[in-house]
Amino acid sequence: MSNILIVGLDGSESGSRALAYAKRLASLIPDCTLELVYVIEWTPYSFQTPEENASRHKRREQEIAVATSRVIDPAIAALHSEGFTANGRVMHGDAAELLNLVAVEEKADQIVVARSSRGGITSRLFGSVTANLVMNASVPVTVVN
Amino acid sequence: MNNKNKIFYALSTLVLLMHSKMAMASVDETVNDVFSWATGWFVGLIFAPLPGTSFPWIVLWLVVGASVFTLYFGFIQFRAVGHSIALVKGDYTNPRDAGEVSHFQALATALSGTVGLGNIAGVAVAVSIGGAGATFWMILAGLLGMASKFAECTLGVKYRNEYSDGTVSGGPMYYISKGFKERGLPGGKLLAVMFAIFCILGSLGGGNMFQANQAHAQISGIVGDYPGWITGLIFAAIVFAVIVGGIKSIARVTEKVVPFMGVMYVLAALVILLMNADKIGWAFGQIFEGAFTGLGIAGGFVGALIQGFKRAAFSNEAGVGSAAIAHSAVKTNEPVTEGFVSLLEPFIDTVLICTMTALVIIITGQLMTDPATGLYMLGENGRILTADGSSGVALTSAAFGSAFSWFPYVLAVAVVLFAFSTMISWSYYGLKAWTYLFGEGKSKELTYKVMFCIFIVIGAAANLGPVIDFSDAAIFAMAVVNIIGLYFLLPIIKRELNSYLSRLKTGEIVKFKGATAK
Repeated sequence: MSNILIVGLDGSESGSRALAYAKRLASLIPDCTLELVYVIEWTPYSFQTPEENASRHKRREQEIAVATSRVIDPAIAALHSEGFTANGRVMHGDAAELLNLVAVEEKADQIVVARSSRGGITSRLFGSVTANLVMNASVPVTVVN
Repeated sequence: MNNKNKIFYALSTLVLLMHSKMAMASVDETVNDVFSWATGWFVGLIFAPLPGTSFPWIVLWLVVGASVFTLYFGFIQFRAVGHSIALVKGDYTNPRDAGEVSHFQALATALSGTVGLGNIAGVAVAVSIGGAGATFWMILAGLLGMASKFAECTLGVKYRNEYSDGTVSGGPMYYISKGFKERGLPGGKLLAVMFAIFCILGSLGGGNMFQANQAHAQISGIVGDYPGWITGLIFAAIVFAVIVGGIKSIARVTEKVVPFMGVMYVLAALVILLMNADKIGWAFGQIFEGAFTGLGIAGGFVGALIQGFKRAAFSNEAGVGSAAIAHSAVKTNEPVTEGFVSLLEPFIDTVLICTMTALVIIITGQLMTDPATGLYMLGENGRILTADGSSGVALTSAAFGSAFSWFPYVLAVAVVLFAFSTMISWSYYGLKAWTYLFGEGKSKELTYKVMFCIFIVIGAAANLGPVIDFSDAAIFAMAVVNIIGLYFLLPIIKRELNSYLSRLKTGEIVKFKGATAK
């Protein structure tokens, strides 16, 4: 059975740091698969106009297409060319929850994320994605600085 | 650039139009006269009393409809509440559908279209004409209306149009025409077209003019009297910027502030009720006694009943069909789930929020009673005399203001925001009816949207009487067609319901939340 590492990407520089670290780990682990996850922050409990609702499905497809073509596909292509085994997916929801969900589903060994680039008052009040993930994850989490 | 020019031209034409008429008579008066002349016959038809009584046939129509649905679905509004709440919480939502319109979002959107002036001004009108007893009938109508919503929203999702570009359109015009075809019934197309016409009128009446009118009443009550068309123009400009200019940020801010305002309104009402806790028993006594005796109002207990039912229907729109348009965007493979979710709407809107308003008006002693007889004191127009002579939204404002002197200011902001969000919602409902009739297309949509904005000005300038009558008439006309459609499509809903419930029982429909818990 393959060893699986979950890597959280967000299209920013910190995501690349996480990926760089995950590659180093993967090269040390025999038979390792990298599962790239890009989460589009979304909550089912928001308030929207009827017009937004009517075109929501279309928007969702667009969001997934953009994230896939700009972040996931190039990353996977680069990994494949370097000889790594890698898959990717784009999901909507709460990043901390979904990264853990994928880790459980894939029976992953570890989740690799980078410390979130965003800070400020909201993350102080409600905790950052990284902090939530570390506190609640069912598998070991590595936070790359 | 192009859009900005269009906005500029439309507004300047409107201003010129207003200006030229000013020379002859006051704009407000002119608008008012023309308006009552133009809509009087329609109002008369919709509110015609049953022969030999003073009971408008339309009220009976709504009550009978809601009662039939309640019985036909075996009191679904009481049986399904637990499951409805689980659906809203997302317990049965497939995580793979994340990012689509959730049950919660569909409900919240539909609610922001209905929670608004009907809950504040409409209730005040109901109790100032129908007395405390109107509240009882309002609550009953709210409870029965839950079954109507269940029926129409299930169909709204089942027969929506899903276009290749990923957008959806739904509503009575779609389910009536498609559903009738499916059952091999004639006349579906005709009914659908009629519904669409009434929906456009309703979007201009209750969804627009009534809102503009009451928003103006509220603002002028605070800053002093000034011509209504000024408020109208400002509102029209902002609505124009959102629905034509596509300035989403305004709508987005409103959609976020409105729920907050709603919660604050209910909390304020609760605090007032707690402050007067000793009178709550008395208030309910008034409500029950008034429901069956009328406590001396014009028209007796029938008067209370009519007002209660009318205002409840106007507030929660159950049976009207508008909610089916709003709910149809939800992501679900089971149309009946949206029916379950939507039945919470009349409960929140009418049974909770409208009752709060009514209780506050009653408990703070706004309705004048004769100390000798305990009966209401009536004015010349048959309305109950109020403490400061106000009616409509001003009455609610006075009631809340008697407990918190600053509340009228908060209420003014709430009314303006509620009015605005209701307008945005109804502009969408009307637009969907419009495109159903005339087809989609930029210029066709623009025509409707410009017309919508012009009616905002008219609504703000007209007196309360003619506007409120036309608003009611247009919205109830939608209910005439919609409920006919629902009667014929009931077996389809029943089939959906039974199939869903049996699969829920056998465990074929699974709960997602909890199953994947950490």
